[in-house]
Amino acid sequence: MDKITALIVDDSSVMRKIVERSLRQAGIELEKVVEASNGAEALAAVQSNKIELILCDINMPVMDGLEFVRQAATIASAKGIPIVMITTEGSETHVVQALTAGARGYIRKPFTPDQVKEHVLPVLGKKP
Amino acid sequence: MNTDASLVTRSHEENWLPILELAVEEVFEIMVGCRVKVAEQSEHKPNEEFTAMVGLAGALCGILTVCCDAKTAGEVAKRMLGDTADSQQQVADALGEVCNMIAGNFKNKLAGTDGRCMLSVPTVISGGEYSFHSLAEGTSLEAVLLFEGAPIAVRLQLEH
Repeated sequence: MDKITALIVDDSSVMRKIVERSLRQAGIELEKVVEASNGAEALAAVQSNKIELILCDINMPVMDGLEFVRQAATIASAKGIPIVMITTEGSETHVVQALTAGARGYIRKPFTPDQVKEHVLPVLGKKP
Repeated sequence: MNTDASLVTRSHEENWLPILELAVEEVFEIMVGCRVKVAEQSEHKPNEEFTAMVGLAGALCGILTVCCDAKTAGEVAKRMLGDTADSQQQVADALGEVCNMIAGNFKNKLAGTDGRCMLSVPTVISGGEYSFHSLAEGTSLEAVLLFEGAPIAVRLQLEH
């Protein structure tokens, strides 16, 4: 698999590190990792980097993850980038909202590296 | 008032402690990489030098707190981050995330909360010289679990 640039969006720096580690444990080779602590920072990041995968929390200050997904869908540089939500908000309602807004996958916290592999590889066109 | 809120089955609140304990055990096993063991509350009281809290609003309204001593909070952060967890900010961040995941895992296990209970972002207090007053003066649940032999208290206070 080619190395990719991933954007990890979470207001917790600890969780960003854990998500990055989980991606590597899932066998996803990362060329570069861009971090953002809320949706507004993430919108800026997708416009100034060539992002190929986005992992995004929902509950964040400034701009939450659902709003980020909605706004990203309107930005040319973000169109087509697969977005996978990683969040404690595990209700069916949130899953439907995220997928309707344009997310391609949904992982509930707490999560294992195997769950990351299972949900992220397919959106990259790979078999888990 | 949405009567569906009542289907969060307040009549079953007495059964929520095992669900809370399970939620804590899963978060520690999966995200911290360590098993925790339920302990007798009366025998184990943590020195509450770190307190993480997450608010709940909607079908469940109240606050969930996770309290432990500074050494335990540091060990939790190291387990999550490796030896790079060296600042108080990272320790607080790690404990806040643990609290956030416990709250989310707990509410996701309850029938009837689907989409109608929101969580706040976590807040973490370091230092034990404070008094805690919650306006959620209804049900109170407390679980004490041992992490590497040290007690961690998880409390859920809900408004009636």
